[in-house]
Amino acid sequence: MKTLKIEDLSKNFGSTEVLRKINLEIDEGNFLVLLGPSGCGKSTLLNIIAGLETINEGNVFIDDYNVSKVEPKDRNIAMVFQSYALYPSMNVRENMIFGLKQAKTSKEKIEQQLEKVSKFLQVDQLLERKPSQLSGGQRQRVAIGRALVREPRIFLFDEPLSNLDAKLRVEMRREIKKLHQQLKTTVVYVTHDQTEAMSLGTRIAIMNHGVIQQNDTPENIYNKPSNTFVADFIGSPSMNLIKGILKESSGEISFSVSGSNVEIPIKDYEFIDKSNLNNKEVFFGIRPEHIYFKKSNESDFEINLRADLSEYIGHEQIMTFDYANQEILAKFPSTIKIELSKETKLYFDLTQTSLFDAQTEERI
Amino acid sequence: MQDNTQSSSYQQLEQKSKYTNMFLRWFLYFVLILFASYFIFPLYVMVVTSLKTMEEIRQGTLLSWPSGLNFESWAVAWGGRGYGAGDTFLRPYFWNSIKMVVPAVFFSTFIGAMTGYVLTKWRFKGDSWVFLFLLFGCFIPFQAILLPMARTLGVLGISNSIIGLVLVHTVYGIPFTTLFFRNYYVSVPTELVKAARIDGAGFFKIFFKILLPISAPIIVVTVIWQFTQIWNDFLFGSTFSFGEAAPIQVALNNMVLSSTSVKEYNVDMASAIIAGVPTLIVYVLAGKYFIRGLTSGAVKG
Repeated sequence: MKTLKIEDLSKNFGSTEVLRKINLEIDEGNFLVLLGPSGCGKSTLLNIIAGLETINEGNVFIDDYNVSKVEPKDRNIAMVFQSYALYPSMNVRENMIFGLKQAKTSKEKIEQQLEKVSKFLQVDQLLERKPSQLSGGQRQRVAIGRALVREPRIFLFDEPLSNLDAKLRVEMRREIKKLHQQLKTTVVYVTHDQTEAMSLGTRIAIMNHGVIQQNDTPENIYNKPSNTFVADFIGSPSMNLIKGILKESSGEISFSVSGSNVEIPIKDYEFIDKSNLNNKEVFFGIRPEHIYFKKSNESDFEINLRADLSEYIGHEQIMTFDYANQEILAKFPSTIKIELSKETKLYFDLTQTSLFDAQTEERI
Repeated sequence: MQDNTQSSSYQQLEQKSKYTNMFLRWFLYFVLILFASYFIFPLYVMVVTSLKTMEEIRQGTLLSWPSGLNFESWAVAWGGRGYGAGDTFLRPYFWNSIKMVVPAVFFSTFIGAMTGYVLTKWRFKGDSWVFLFLLFGCFIPFQAILLPMARTLGVLGISNSIIGLVLVHTVYGIPFTTLFFRNYYVSVPTELVKAARIDGAGFFKIFFKILLPISAPIIVVTVIWQFTQIWNDFLFGSTFSFGEAAPIQVALNNMVLSSTSVKEYNVDMASAIIAGVPTLIVYVLAGKYFIRGLTSGAVKG
């Protein structure tokens, strides 16, 4: 049984296609993050799961029951919003029990739930306060509390941390993570922040233009991006995508860039499809953090590149190198001194590379 | 040396700007007082004239102080002289106006709130067209709807009645009240409504429990606006009602114009003040809540 299943879902606003043939499944207790740039349809998808938006095509199942035409309140879900959406005229207590009262829950049960949740979230001292008398973090807690008291099957979070300042955001992120570890509930979480997605999700679905680009574990999203969009979107700075061609001779595959006679051997790379590799135009992907200043593995590939630019950011520095007129970014500890406009010896970690078809931009 | 000349020139500049500022400040006060007296002048004349006897009015000047606090003309304006035919006084018409203004303000405000709520939080296909047409209603001149409205009231059988006037003012007020509430509710985050829907609240519950409790500022604005409009209206009142069903502004006009004998300026002035007092009261009472509502920042919560 899947806690949440989305089947061939499409949605358009007028003539604008927002979601295209979305298929998604979540197992009990998973934390799924919908990640993507603004306008990619992730919030619309969340609203559809909640039942706040109608569907043009496809179905949504919760616990194998088709809820496509079920009212939001009957879907056994709870949602936490970006603006917290606490009812301004009610105090914290009334805010938290509003849903239970609507559901005609017994008074004892309401009190019991309220006490349990407010203690758990440490808002039991704030019950008589109005939302306007709370700080950002407290409002966030109350909003989560309002969702918790209902003991829903699925929690929906719509960018819950983007209204907080940077420090509080990191704190609340840890709290949400703890919360999920303790309660083991199923969560769908929307964000445009990759750090949030990486640290919280047990699975991440990266979306762009209403299509899911990759739905995988954070490790696979980072190490094995399924196309150049994902490769480029995840990581800061993002993955270097070097354009060049593959050459195959007597079973040995190598990568080279036009205008350079350096041939990078491709060994131990897990190709999805090994046919027709000779002379294929590809992007060679390597993350800035996988380019080293000192040789650290036996298989590291030595290459000489000209340093063009250095950006110092405290604990590390981002260097820009020139590789046959293509920019290569690398991340080093800031203690390393590199002279600009000079050839520098660098090492590519060949165990951490990705290859993409230059035409389809898909991983090969 | 350099420093000395520098600092002395600063001193000169400081002196100069001090005098300029002083002059500008006095000039500002002068202008403000001038305008204030210009606006207060008619009210002053009305009040002193209403407190004078006819004798005093004839002998004194417009601005002269009354001999004492003589409220006789106020009593006459409110309750008449007590003799039969031809004696027009304001009391019955004042109550007519109250009976007209209270339901008309209530219904137009309530309907406006509802319409504004639907137009912002329950968007439907073509809702912006509905709003546009409603907005047109704000620009239709009163005179243009007199004939069709008279016909409508006739068909409904409520011409020359308070109910008829309530209907006219409610209908004519809806475009304005809708505009007010729509613009207010646009700034209320729609996520509130979404949260309430997930919590299981329906259309009316969300309106009464979530939206209405935070609408105090705009309700006050709307009530002030509608009350002033309806209370001060003369055109609809004089067109759609006559005789005993007339509102106070029509009665005031009749009273002042139809005096057969000598013009009693003191009674006229007292009547005019009585007819204007309720609007003043609404402004004074509600204005305070209006500012309080605006500054408490209740919406963002």
